[in-house]
Amino acid sequence: MTTVSSAEHTRRDFLYIATGAVGAVGAAAILVPLIAQMNPDASTIAAGAPVEVDLAPIADGQIIKVFWRSKPIFIFHRTKKEIEEAQKVNVADLPDPEPDSARVKPGHDQWLVVIGICTHLGCIPLAHQGEYDGWFCPCHGSQYDTAGRIRKGPAPKNLFLPPYKFVSDTKIQIG
Amino acid sequence: MSGHSTYQPQSKFLQWFEKRLPVGGLIHSSFVAYPTPRNLNYLWTFGGILAFMLGVQIVTGVVLAMHYIPHVDFAFRSVENIMRDVNFGWLLRYLHANGASMFFLAVYIHMFRGIYYGSYKEPREVLWILGVIIYLLMMATGFMGYVLVWGQMSFWAATVITNLFSAIPGVGDAIVTWLWGGYAVGNPTLNRFYSLHYLLPFVIAGVVVLHIWALHVAGQNNPTGIETKSGKDTVPFTPYATIKDGFFLAVFCILYAWFVFYIPNFLGHADNYIPANPAVTPAEIVPEWYYLPFYAILRSIPDKLMGVIALFSSIIILAFLPWLDTSRIRSARYRPLFKQFFWLWVIACIGLGWLGSKQPEGIYVIMSRVFTAYYFAFFLIVMPLLGIFEKTKPVPSSISDPVLAAKA
Repeated sequence: MTTVSSAEHTRRDFLYIATGAVGAVGAAAILVPLIAQMNPDASTIAAGAPVEVDLAPIADGQIIKVFWRSKPIFIFHRTKKEIEEAQKVNVADLPDPEPDSARVKPGHDQWLVVIGICTHLGCIPLAHQGEYDGWFCPCHGSQYDTAGRIRKGPAPKNLFLPPYKFVSDTKIQIG
Repeated sequence: MSGHSTYQPQSKFLQWFEKRLPVGGLIHSSFVAYPTPRNLNYLWTFGGILAFMLGVQIVTGVVLAMHYIPHVDFAFRSVENIMRDVNFGWLLRYLHANGASMFFLAVYIHMFRGIYYGSYKEPREVLWILGVIIYLLMMATGFMGYVLVWGQMSFWAATVITNLFSAIPGVGDAIVTWLWGGYAVGNPTLNRFYSLHYLLPFVIAGVVVLHIWALHVAGQNNPTGIETKSGKDTVPFTPYATIKDGFFLAVFCILYAWFVFYIPNFLGHADNYIPANPAVTPAEIVPEWYYLPFYAILRSIPDKLMGVIALFSSIIILAFLPWLDTSRIRSARYRPLFKQFFWLWVIACIGLGWLGSKQPEGIYVIMSRVFTAYYFAFFLIVMPLLGIFEKTKPVPSSISDPVLAAKA
């Protein structure tokens, strides 16, 4: 079989370009659903609706774990000593500098609410352990203080804060 | 290398068939008449062993899939059901779980052999890179298979490994959510891992075909690293290579069977017999043994992003080996300095594996850093410079010369 080439544009040239363009657009378009199907589905998103937590039963110094969007949330009822420890730290010396006031809601110093997932590789740190009275991650040794800030170890960031608000003095809504 | 097949089927039917689909000739020229270097040692039997292990994993895996349920509420229980209730389920699962370990053991020996004898060098670069791709696919497949058990180690391995991608600046978190199909490792994650764990072995099989094809185009390397020059340098694949491969495969299977029947859980972790619990991370999480060196490299670097980059680089760097090694001489047999650096590198790899199983504290961290530094220095400094400065030993003029001389 031989191909006849000519300097002039032919009907075949037009068909090549038109077919190629349709094919490229079609291939790109079908990628959208193929990729998007892997993102959280509607039921997963719906199950991630805000949750309310009653703080009244949490004793001084106690840390409880609740789940929101399948993530563990630590709610830490901090003692006076623990609040002071968090406040007197020199912010500039921290790996991820944040004052204690930025970690809690104004007027609710005793309540620290953080996402209980180590910012290194996603393990759940153990409460009341490590050198800073906060959390210690058993996986790779990251240590967090009583404000959930990273102090030592490979984690790059402080424990993340979930979106939450106080609906009353003893009740918060996470999400 | 292989030349035209001289395959002449005897029976009328096979002659009729051969005219329509010459598959008999293909098999004959690839596995019967195919000339193999006459000096291959037992390290060259691991290619066949690997093909066998891939077959074992696919057969046992397909059968296990008939009993396994990829759902967070049933996965762990269905595995226990396989162990206790399914006829011979314990055997099939132990064959599959230990088969993965044997597969990796064989691939590591195969890779060490390739590096020692310079099998990645011109004209075998593409053959080598296809091997690196197979290895990457094996790692992904092995990891996802480990997650399917849905024990504590499965769950937290899935969490830690997927979180590696969160180190990517900007889009990291979006990628991790996309991988999970949720806000944490959960049912969608398990489901897709199951789908991919079933798919990838067949992708591996496809790349293996290309790997063997590339091997048969370039021809096999051999312990001297010299190209075959005449018919004197080669022997036909059958019976010489088939019996050697077959014999050592049987020896290898003794080791495999010893693990399966006597110490089936030796290479596993006890915590994986605890059902996955998203609320509690086990006190000590370690990957399967075959990933430990890379885990040690990850942990040896105190910065998250750099650690992840080092982890991936330590594997990707293998693909660049043909160009990092500047020496014209292939085999370490004639490279006295390379031989020493190579064995040091093997010690570094095994040392990293041992360190990966230790807590990252004190002396272990320092040792991990030293070994990690040497791991990369071997590729980036030693290999390029040795080609320039090393004084190599004289290479024989052909494969048959030293062999026939020794015989005489």
